[in-house]
Amino acid sequence: MTAQQKISVMINGTMHEAHVEPRTTLADFLRGELALTGTHVGCEHGVCGACTVLLEGRAVRSCLTLAVQVDGASLTTVEGLEEDGKLHPIQQAFVEEHGLQCGFCTPGFLMTVHELLYENPDPSEDEIREALGGQICRCTGYQSILRSVRLAAAKLRNAHVAGSTQHS
Amino acid sequence: MKPARFDYAAPDTLGEAVSLLERHADDDVMILAGGQSLVPLLNMRMARPELLVDLNRIAELQYIREDGEWLAIGAMTRKRAVEESDLVRRRQPALLAATRLVGHPQIRNRGTVGGSMAHADPAAEYPALALVLGAELRVVGPGGERSIAADEFFKGYLMTAMEPVEILTEVRVPILAPGTGWSFVEVARRHGDFALGGAAATVRLDASGSFSEVRIVLFGVSGAAVRLGGVEERLVGQRPGDALFREAGATASEGLEEPLSDVHASAEYRRNLAGVLTIRALGEAVARAGGREPGQEERR
Repeated sequence: MTAQQKISVMINGTMHEAHVEPRTTLADFLRGELALTGTHVGCEHGVCGACTVLLEGRAVRSCLTLAVQVDGASLTTVEGLEEDGKLHPIQQAFVEEHGLQCGFCTPGFLMTVHELLYENPDPSEDEIREALGGQICRCTGYQSILRSVRLAAAKLRNAHVAGSTQHS
Repeated sequence: MKPARFDYAAPDTLGEAVSLLERHADDDVMILAGGQSLVPLLNMRMARPELLVDLNRIAELQYIREDGEWLAIGAMTRKRAVEESDLVRRRQPALLAATRLVGHPQIRNRGTVGGSMAHADPAAEYPALALVLGAELRVVGPGGERSIAADEFFKGYLMTAMEPVEILTEVRVPILAPGTGWSFVEVARRHGDFALGGAAATVRLDASGSFSEVRIVLFGVSGAAVRLGGVEERLVGQRPGDALFREAGATASEGLEEPLSDVHASAEYRRNLAGVLTIRALGEAVARAGGREPGQEERR
């Protein structure tokens, strides 16, 4: 059987080198090897979305990607969202609009919303709902999550305006 | 760890992948494309290959090109790349429409065009699209390259005409000809869920407004995507209209062989759906053949 393979991967701006068995999923690698337990594991077959991380900026299921496949890649997990101890505007919006109760699904929602809002800063209601279609939440009934995403979009747009004013 | 142990190889070139498969012709080998169907099977240990050959490092299998009357799409092209392709949007809107119905954005970020074709899930959009458009699938193996028409490629539930030592390299989709109307519709409980059923159609009308060409495909309602050859033949030469569509829908519904029945929908439900979707797809395709977007009133 294949021995462990060496991989190098940039995660939240830090380079990690590790030896992994090929059958190790990216989710198990993040949690078990690197103790990045913010990435949650729910269904482990791509349905619930709890394990969503950003691979080269794109939201992917870490339970459906093998750790050996991200050799040489750059990842962002929920631990990488905060800046200097301050919550990311998307996280702050989820706090303010009560976009979570138990919090199990939240990391996956945050990463999915991150991809959505950085590609589409002013999404329509339908676009938000479609983007969130692959994330399951069993607490909130989704309405507070939808409000959180709308607030996050507004926060990011305002931050962008403030940022460009500063630079001009 | 969820999957059972396997050997793993991630060749950088197609040539290496082909020789790897040839060397392991007697072993239980599986090919990993986007992994959005295979990794769940590995995680549940329903698939337990001895060797997994990962095609994700083969850059030469990721492209979308215009090639005469065809769009040539590398088998390892991500569905998200198809969705974002200006070429696809301009040249084959049915492919764009079908792609947007495949899973969720997170799935399309990894899932590939070739992976869906080779997996041949009965509820998957791409095999149905390949059948309705008359796509060609290029495969390569130890004996060289061959091209397989979609009608010959799909052999039933999760089965294709490919040999175990062959690799799907390119999917060739005809560019939409002016005057061809198309439709790709499905019913799912949520956008992105597996379709309970779907239908795809392309039509052409002659100068008198009668059908000159019709192709209809149903998917998700039985063991594999299926072309409705009998319905197609009966429509050619007829003038489109609601009564004719209803008749076609009834034929499609009655003729459905061994409709799927599962926790999501009964066989009876899917039989009914086959008719409803046939009617919808024909209506949409005829509207587009007449230069209208479905839902717009016909100009008089």
